[in-house]
Amino acid sequence: MSPSMSITRALREAGFAGLVAAGLAFPILTLGTEMDQSNRLVLEQRWSWMAIAAGLVFVGRFLVLAFARKPARAAPHTGARVLSPALAAALPRAGVIALFLFPMVMLFWLGPQGSLKWINNYGVQILIYVMLGWGLNIVVGLAGLLDLGYVAFYAVGAYTYALLSTHFGLSFWICLPLAGLMAASWGAMLGFPVLRLRGDYLAIVTLAFGEIVSAVLTNWSDFSNGKAGIMSIPRITFFGLPFNANENGFAATFGLEFQAIHRTIFLFYLILALALITHVVTLRLRALPVGRAWEALREDEIACRSLGINTVNTKLTAFALGAMFAGFAGSFFAVRQGFVNPDSFTFMESATILAIVVLGGMGSQLGVALAAVVMVGGTEVLRELTFLKQIFGSSFDPSLYRMLLFGLAMVVMMIWRPRGLISSRAPSVFLAQKKSVSGTHVQEGHG
Amino acid sequence: MSAPLLSIQKLEAAYGQIVALKGVDLDIMPGEIVTVIGGNGAGKSTTMMSVFGRPRASAGKIIFDGQDITHKPAHEIARMGLAQSPEGRRIFPRMSVLENLQMGASVDGMAHFQADLERMFDIFPRLKERIDQRGGTLSGGEQQMLAIARALMSRPRLLMLDEPSLGLAPLVVKQIFDVIADLNRNDGLSVFLVEQNAFHALKLAHRGYVMVNGQITLSGTGRDLLANPQVRAAYLEGAH
Ligand SMILES: Nc1ncnc2c1ncn2[C@@H]1O[C@H](COP(=O)(O)OP(=O)(O)O)[C@@H](O)[C@H]1O
Ligand SMILES: [Mg+2]
Repeated sequence: MSPSMSITRALREAGFAGLVAAGLAFPILTLGTEMDQSNRLVLEQRWSWMAIAAGLVFVGRFLVLAFARKPARAAPHTGARVLSPALAAALPRAGVIALFLFPMVMLFWLGPQGSLKWINNYGVQILIYVMLGWGLNIVVGLAGLLDLGYVAFYAVGAYTYALLSTHFGLSFWICLPLAGLMAASWGAMLGFPVLRLRGDYLAIVTLAFGEIVSAVLTNWSDFSNGKAGIMSIPRITFFGLPFNANENGFAATFGLEFQAIHRTIFLFYLILALALITHVVTLRLRALPVGRAWEALREDEIACRSLGINTVNTKLTAFALGAMFAGFAGSFFAVRQGFVNPDSFTFMESATILAIVVLGGMGSQLGVALAAVVMVGGTEVLRELTFLKQIFGSSFDPSLYRMLLFGLAMVVMMIWRPRGLISSRAPSVFLAQKKSVSGTHVQEGHG
Repeated sequence: MSAPLLSIQKLEAAYGQIVALKGVDLDIMPGEIVTVIGGNGAGKSTTMMSVFGRPRASAGKIIFDGQDITHKPAHEIARMGLAQSPEGRRIFPRMSVLENLQMGASVDGMAHFQADLERMFDIFPRLKERIDQRGGTLSGGEQQMLAIARALMSRPRLLMLDEPSLGLAPLVVKQIFDVIADLNRNDGLSVFLVEQNAFHALKLAHRGYVMVNGQITLSGTGRDLLANPQVRAAYLEGAH
């Protein structure tokens, strides 16, 4: 492809970008505060940092302008390039099989100690976010209702299990459906007041809802034990058999040598099952009137009303169902951690889940799963980069740069694939043979 | 004389402070095509939309098939046999033509979906060719056909169309209006047609109403209104 711009013009525009970067960097990077010996804050000036930031932006922008193809022109044609339809069709099945084999393979390969990290930090952690992403996808991706307080339902599920099990001794298997029901009713409860809101206004109210739930959990100590949280939540059992070294434990019953990894592997399969249930239910619903109504609602609410679609029920079911899956995931979170407190349910969590849905390509199940792998897996990978400590000093913590990576991922996606990883939307029904209806050409608004 | 299928009586409606309808009276008999013509902002679309409850009637009554529907929710009104194709067509752009048609049939639970689908293919053969295509990629005329077909999928007794000719080439407009005439003649479908294209609308309709500033100022048969000098001066000069 030919360069999209003359060198001088690229230089000029890159210079401008560099200036903007310098302006932004001044308050953020140049001015810093340090504690001196007597614990006073002193202002420190780091002009070199600003120069480096501006220089990087200048060079990067120049290279993009001078040598990269114009993204605006390239974007519409990249539809099939990332995932060909055949690959996109084969990937989910292969993925599910691989996931089923994953803990076993890891166990045999790395042994009980070595595999723990992979099964727990990568496997379970990612699958929780896949499930949350799929749950939120019902609300945001399918029904088009921008929900910034999704983490509230995750919290409701977690606290439902934490409270019921510690106060009433109810087992996880009873609390799991209860947590889903509880979260679903909170979802419907949030749905009612926001029925008439859309877009920005809906986003603000749901954001506030998430903050209210977290504020209540923090401050209503009699109920939730406040910031300290709820400790010693009963651990998961193998349908009643505890994972311990006792003779009525899981290992003894099945004639195995006791190992802590058994519990982790069971948790892995549990969250895998929960995530797959979320997925299958969503797929089935998409082909039913209620699921189609969600998508229609996302496309055009006025058209829905004029076709006699009950928009109230449609919104409430979307909120309730999305919340229900967050509730399931929440109770799983509580049983996995054995401890919950409000810190796990901050706006940052809602933002991460929403970012997964948006980056995945609103409405695409596969895209959401891939985005969860990239975002959550990426965070875990950052933790691994301990060798960077040798370069930047021992106080350097690479996992603190997670948000920077999120931001970078967002920016890159907006340039490269503004509609998300997988933006083609497969219709739920076909008259003749299967064809993918690509979303890459769709304009916003009403054609 | 039989009772009207739809009767709008002294209807008033407002958007916040803006009063859009100031007492509208309008009747549609079974089997009739009735058109409402008028300039931009006269309140034609508001009249049609308020039948489905948004904006709500602040005064007056809307009677359909002998029942007061003024305060009924939209989905119940649709189930009684009223279908609406709102202004601007409002196709679901990312959904396929087939899915768009399904949405129209969801009022009666897709009971006669297959039969109705075949019927739509007879009326609009173009839709059959485009069945798996996304709604948003259809041409304007095809979108209008889809909008009408989608509304027809619920087997309505009264079809309400808001400016079906909007932005379409004259040949396509004629095609669409021919379909409306056929549906009315062959199936006895009653039609409530809102149009700015006064000439074509009045030629098609049995009766018409002229709306100015939220009020009906004139009414009569299509032929009478076409011949009316006031109507000619205001809405037909230079139109053909
Ligand atoms: N959603 C709305 N909000 C506020 N005012 C509106 C809205 N829709 C229409 N109006 C106003 O109501 C009046 C009638 O509009 P409308 O029924 O759309 O006219 P027509 O369809 O005859 O062109 C106009 O003054 C218009 O500005
Ligand atoms: Mg109008």
